[in-house]
Amino acid sequence: MKIKEKALVISQEKLAEGIYSLIIETKASQYAIPGQFVSLYMNDGSHLLPRPISICQIDKEKGTLRLVYRVVGKGTKEFSSLAAGDKLEIMGPLGNGFPIEGDRVIVVGGGIGVPPMLGLAEAHTGSVISVMGYRNDDTFLTQEFTDVAGDLIIATDDGSIGVKGTVVDAMEENKLEADVIYACGPKPMLKGVAKYAESHDIKCYVSMEERMACGVGACLGCVCQSKEVDDHSHVKNKRVCKDGPVFLSTEVEL
Amino acid sequence: MNTAVKIAGVEFQNPIMEASGTFGSGQEYSEFVDLNSLGAVVTKGVANVPWPGNPTPRIAEVSSGMLNAIGLQNPGVEVFCKRDLEFLKQFPNTKVLVNVCGHSTEEYIEVVDRLAGENRVDMLEINISCPNVKAGGITFGTDPKNVEAITKEMKKHAKQPVIMKLSPNVTDIKEVAKAAEAGGADGISLINTLTGMKIDVERQDFVLANKTGGMSGPAVHPIAVRMVYECANTVSIPIIGMGGISTWEDAVEMMLAGATAISVGTANFYNPTATTDILAGLKEYMKRKQINDVNDIIGIVK
Ligand SMILES: Cc1cc2nc3c(=O)[nH]c(=O)nc-3n(C[C@H](O)[C@H](O)[C@H](O)COP(=O)(O)OP(=O)(O)OC[C@H]3O[C@@H](n4cnc5c(N)ncnc54)[C@H](O)[C@@H]3O)c2cc1C
Ligand SMILES: Cc1cc2nc3c(=O)[nH]c(=O)nc-3n(C[C@H](O)[C@H](O)[C@H](O)COP(=O)(O)O)c2cc1C
Ligand code: FES
Repeated sequence: MKIKEKALVISQEKLAEGIYSLIIETKASQYAIPGQFVSLYMNDGSHLLPRPISICQIDKEKGTLRLVYRVVGKGTKEFSSLAAGDKLEIMGPLGNGFPIEGDRVIVVGGGIGVPPMLGLAEAHTGSVISVMGYRNDDTFLTQEFTDVAGDLIIATDDGSIGVKGTVVDAMEENKLEADVIYACGPKPMLKGVAKYAESHDIKCYVSMEERMACGVGACLGCVCQSKEVDDHSHVKNKRVCKDGPVFLSTEVEL
Repeated sequence: MNTAVKIAGVEFQNPIMEASGTFGSGQEYSEFVDLNSLGAVVTKGVANVPWPGNPTPRIAEVSSGMLNAIGLQNPGVEVFCKRDLEFLKQFPNTKVLVNVCGHSTEEYIEVVDRLAGENRVDMLEINISCPNVKAGGITFGTDPKNVEAITKEMKKHAKQPVIMKLSPNVTDIKEVAKAAEAGGADGISLINTLTGMKIDVERQDFVLANKTGGMSGPAVHPIAVRMVYECANTVSIPIIGMGGISTWEDAVEMMLAGATAISVGTANFYNPTATTDILAGLKEYMKRKQINDVNDIIGIVK
């Protein structure tokens, strides 16, 4: 069930340079699962389109969602000025979310792909190893990953902490094996993780990104390329907002 | 209070429709809107065979509007009939307008012929104006001679009334409206999107993979009102007005300018209940102004 409503801002804090964590109270929390996202709408009425932001953590008891995002433009800038008591128009939960599968799993996040993996690591019933990639030592959510899942491996581009290099370098260095890998991050990273999964014969889910207008599967604005003809579109296209954002790495073109 | 309007003998329970391409075939929005309460569902453009559409990004935000370059992705008329029309059978109070697209007159005819036997189709809306498909759309929609010719062909084959959907990317929309009327159209709908472009100054590149896209949303509303007004005062066939309608005021404005019915497009994206909100607002307005019949406001501002 999708909720469109004005959510109540419970709190907001800055986690790292340009990275914010927002907790909102919304009925959408009752229906959400990890890997889904919400559309956020700006107060500035000249900006009409939704900003899709992944759900980082879900607290059904408190009725809240945690969203962690990077300020990159007008919308995220506006959201970063929200404070407790403010209202924020949202729609969600949207998309399919991560299927919970496997006894031993690796969750992989890169940059602003890190946040949705926290909720998954928390909810997953198997034993979880987290591999998170950052630009440098200005990391975020690392304590939370350790708290919810234990094993956390960090990779940084500049080597200031953890493995120097990409998350794939970190996975190779640690010779990680698993039943399932889940990944969210920039395309080149997803490609690398999918390749790792393939060469180790591991099932792999990736979370994709595309520009959106409706967020519910009606406008066909947000498609990604699929390897086979899709059941809904009848062409080699899948809607990121509705059929995704989570896909098997083998069913989409990365 | 009467909210029903008639176009080419088809009665709509109210003048509120949603605009082609913004609502799929209604399924995705049926979670938010009782489709049975709408005047009509207008489907996404349907072609003879599946179309893959344009590469992404297909969407860009602009001030008070958006650009889209979907490129008329659709599953083809066969799937459309079996899946989408079947779904729409659950909503008998709502009329169904099928938006038809093609690269050539032959392709349009193929779709129109296929739809001829489908009794869930109440009306055809012929999209001769999508600016995104270089191979066809634009040339049909901008030259009055072509518009008249294709309208005649559609009328020859269609079993349902034919609405020609006009492009605003022309010097004089009145000429195109006259051509559609001369070709025998049962009505016209306007406006389709205005061709626009957005450049990312940081990347120094186009935002849309297609470079250009069709602009829609509140920013285009005054242009749409002007064009509907001009057409209403030029032709005598009914008009479905659209372009930037997001509130009941916008809808009433469009009807005062001469539209018999209106459709809501881009507004659905940020307000999924825009159509039913507008209907409620329209009824409230009629009550307050003591208007007993919605037909009494059509085209009264001259
Ligand atoms: C499924 C999904 C989940 C996401 N989850 C997160 C998250 O958890 N945290 C986070 O920081 N970011 C996330 N993003 C990216 C986020 O949506 C964009 O950073 C955000 O929309 C930018 O908005 P803006 O107004 O600040 O930027 P502007 O550049 O001003 O935005 C202009 C337009 O482009 C769109 N846009 C710009 N960048 C992106 C992008 N990368 N993806 C999709 N649309 C974009 C905006 O929505 C808006 O319509 C996610 C994207 C998707 C598709
Ligand atoms: C994403 C999107 C897809 C569209 N697809 C179609 C289409 O398939 N056929 C068509 O005739 N018009 C299409 N249109 C145009 C709309 O039906 C409408 O004419 C236009 O957007 C103006 O109305 P609006 O400002 O309320 O959106 C599309 C518009 C948008 C935004
Ligand atoms: S954003 Fe409209 S289909 Fe995905």
